[in-house]
Amino acid sequence: MTELKNIRNFAIIAHIDHGKSTLADRMIQMCGGLDAREMREQVLDSMDIERERGITIKAQTVRLLYTAKDGEQYQMNLMDTPGHVDFAYEVSRSLAACEGSILVVDASQGVEAQTLANVYQALDNNHEIIPVLNKIDLPAAEPDRVKEQIEDVIGLDASDAVMISAKTGLGIPDVLEAIVQRLPAPKGDPDATTKALLVDSWYDPYLGVVVLVRVVDGQLKVGMKMRMMASGAAREIDRVGVFTPKALLTGVLGPGEMGFITAGIKDITETKVGDTITDDKRPSQTMLPGFKPSVPVVFCGLFPTDAAEFEHLRDSLGKLALNDASFHFEAETSAALGFGFRCGFLGLLHLEIIQERLEREFNLDLITTAPSVVYKIHMNDGSVIDLHNPADMPDPVRIVKIEEPWIKATIMLPDEYLGSVLQLCTDRRGEQIELTYAGSRAMMIYRLPLNEVVFDFYDRLKSISRGYASFDYQWDEYREGDLVKLSIMVNAEPVDALSTIVHRAASEKRGRALCERLKELIPRQMFKIAVQAAIGSRVIARETISAMRKDVLAKCYGGDISRKRKLLDKQKEGKKRMRQFGQVEIPQSAFIAALKMNDS
Amino acid sequence: MTPLDPGLDPGFGIYVHWPFCLAKCPYCDFNSHVRDSVDHDRWREALLRELDHYADVTADRTVTSIFFGGGTPSLMNPATVAAVIERVAQRWKTAPGLEITLEANPTSVEATRFQGFRAAGVNRVSLGIQALDDQSLKFLGRAHSASEALGAIGLAARQFDRFSFDLIYARPNQSVAAWEAELKRALDHAVGHLSVYQLTIEEGTRFHTLHNRGDFVLPDDELAGDLFEATQALLTGAGLPAYEISNHARPGEESRHNLTYWRYGDYVGIGPGAHGRLTLDGAKHATRAHRAPEIWLDRVDRHGHGGHAAEPVAPAERAVELLMMGLRLAEGVPLARLEAESGQPFAQSLDAAGLDRMIAGGFVELADDRLRATAAGRQRLNALLAQLLHA
Repeated sequence: MTELKNIRNFAIIAHIDHGKSTLADRMIQMCGGLDAREMREQVLDSMDIERERGITIKAQTVRLLYTAKDGEQYQMNLMDTPGHVDFAYEVSRSLAACEGSILVVDASQGVEAQTLANVYQALDNNHEIIPVLNKIDLPAAEPDRVKEQIEDVIGLDASDAVMISAKTGLGIPDVLEAIVQRLPAPKGDPDATTKALLVDSWYDPYLGVVVLVRVVDGQLKVGMKMRMMASGAAREIDRVGVFTPKALLTGVLGPGEMGFITAGIKDITETKVGDTITDDKRPSQTMLPGFKPSVPVVFCGLFPTDAAEFEHLRDSLGKLALNDASFHFEAETSAALGFGFRCGFLGLLHLEIIQERLEREFNLDLITTAPSVVYKIHMNDGSVIDLHNPADMPDPVRIVKIEEPWIKATIMLPDEYLGSVLQLCTDRRGEQIELTYAGSRAMMIYRLPLNEVVFDFYDRLKSISRGYASFDYQWDEYREGDLVKLSIMVNAEPVDALSTIVHRAASEKRGRALCERLKELIPRQMFKIAVQAAIGSRVIARETISAMRKDVLAKCYGGDISRKRKLLDKQKEGKKRMRQFGQVEIPQSAFIAALKMNDS
Repeated sequence: MTPLDPGLDPGFGIYVHWPFCLAKCPYCDFNSHVRDSVDHDRWREALLRELDHYADVTADRTVTSIFFGGGTPSLMNPATVAAVIERVAQRWKTAPGLEITLEANPTSVEATRFQGFRAAGVNRVSLGIQALDDQSLKFLGRAHSASEALGAIGLAARQFDRFSFDLIYARPNQSVAAWEAELKRALDHAVGHLSVYQLTIEEGTRFHTLHNRGDFVLPDDELAGDLFEATQALLTGAGLPAYEISNHARPGEESRHNLTYWRYGDYVGIGPGAHGRLTLDGAKHATRAHRAPEIWLDRVDRHGHGGHAAEPVAPAERAVELLMMGLRLAEGVPLARLEAESGQPFAQSLDAAGLDRMIAGGFVELADDRLRATAAGRQRLNALLAQLLHA
């Protein structure tokens, strides 16, 4: 165990691509955590998807040993945190385990919306913050302007900002020195009853559940029977160690230290993130302040393209949920798409990541329905229903009012795009709270209904600002809205997978666009097909797909039989992916394409 | 000539494939090859040897038709054609009025050989006319002119008991009016049988490349529908109704050989790439010969036949094949045949809900112990089959 005064626990906060992972790589290298042979880029991002997207999804800790200029060796625990708003919850619990943060800002780009949100969280956790300007070797770097911006926008003193290039290694020792000198050592009492914060947990096929901990008082060691105070589960610890980033067994963790333990736990639900771990023999009387549990805010249906893959999808979702307590799913049946699952996510990125992991790691071909938020439906019998799926919308005559979630969004962008972004926010029913400038960059704060944001807002924002706008949001409140369920019907039968809840003002345009799109997507059939959009029983848009005129092989003789039968077999295979609507069978692919459309 | 019983006996045919052409037509995906020279003696011997091989396993059958297809069988030596016909007569019983068809190109060179083919025993020719104007013939890559074609038709009418010719329509920029005019001119020359094929783009053809590249555009679904319907109306009015999707005949003048295919009867396939369907020991088998002429020759030399191993066709597949072929015919499929091929009550070979929808939509009829596609159904047979068959 290391003396408290020689321990520093810190997190790195940064916008995507501002160089957080590269800085972590350099610090690991400089402290000898990995030799050159073992080093690879973004060593902490272990999932393929993390490396490719340049994002961190799961929190990680690394213990670095650094001999400072004062001649003493320091144990520095780096907490690598996710940067994205969807994982704000992970950020908050990571930050709670540290005393300070390094704020990395790209000297050529400046402060972004996400940086801001994370800094505020760090400040909420009483963190000491060291501003670091990265990429100062780039010709486009404007360190003075960015320093000014940090002071103006965030309100941090940037005069002592450390200037680095994580890519070339320039300035890394200064960062390490700044951590030693400017961040506080943790507090704790080695002799007090054991109290440790359960920071994170995940399932490892060889080790069982691995628990990431930050010891506050006392110690955790092999052989000790620990108790998780909230879940009540008591287990004997069989491994105690740290990541360097390689797993290194230490046998014990003392106050102020971070590391991992295993205790033969099979069920991840026993290890609730934010729980307090104590000694079962000499339990603590008080718990550490935990975290509020993460709640899914975006829901969508996930369906296998091939119905035979349903069981495989179920197993795969189960495996992902093992490591992701924030991910929820339950079985759902759709007339258009067959058997699948209604899934809840922390946000759109979370949704995308889960979908991509299912496709890549579990080799599933998936259909994703339009994302929906959670509406609060006030019924005239006084009850309130949380509606996750537009298809489950009760009869409007039984509804008193519908409330929808609103968010407070921060958008930062070069002012030349301001006009179109303001227009976008207005189109999406936004309410301006604040509009300020720092140099040529504008910062907009808007209240927006979340359902307008989950509907391709981010894509639109990126496209109209040519990728320069950054966006972050936090929860605001539920508010009553003039919302209606827009149903799409094919030959008078509703296509549940395409029904959405929209604001009344946007319903007609959306309905028309969907009908027109379906007309293009649905191939001609033996019978003509009516595609309609309706609110309740009122049809607001209609398209007709005429019946096919001709579909036959001109020639078919003896020599062709085998080949044509194989074509027919393929067609029959395709029939499994057809959905019956009245007299006609519609290929599922048409609905999938309709779901994929990015409509404004 | 007595028409075949449109009932339960589909006949037994022998197909002989001559795989050589002087040039490949850009629309054709049949097994055809261009060679500088062909050893006619060797080919004759190989065809006869393969005939012997199949005669050994089907000697008890009565042959109802022989069909020389290709490729361009009018490039065969008449002596080869004669030898094949003779060998068939030696090895099998033959039905009275045995139909012997040969496909011919209407070039003046080939027309000079008609007499030889007639002497060999051919009693029906099928001419690849394809179009009646020189510009279209050029587009289709044909070696003959419109006037040569008309000359060949006249010669065929004099030389053979029966003849037929082929036309290709739904060509780029073809209007309904232009096609109707062309079809009327054709009727001036057609006697008993006419095959009219919609131009389709097949993989592995020159047209496939050109079409993908956007060099020409085919009629859309609406125009294709109009052209097909105009064809039906005009030919029915002229006394040549469609007995099959693309084949029109005066009653009794139907191609017996092709009816054997569409009625899902047995047939022997001789020559490179030829397919066959043979009932051996009560089980239906699919035969398929090697496509490359040289490989086929080599296999015949070594094994006495050029086929891959015969594959059994399972009862469910037989039902699908029967429906796929039989619903092309105006006469439809006798339910007894469906039950015989599938070995189960006919309803079990069909998707009940799909059948109901198709009957209600007027695409198919179930009457007189037959399942019959209506004209509207035949025009959309691919979609119809998908509805009728189990997924």
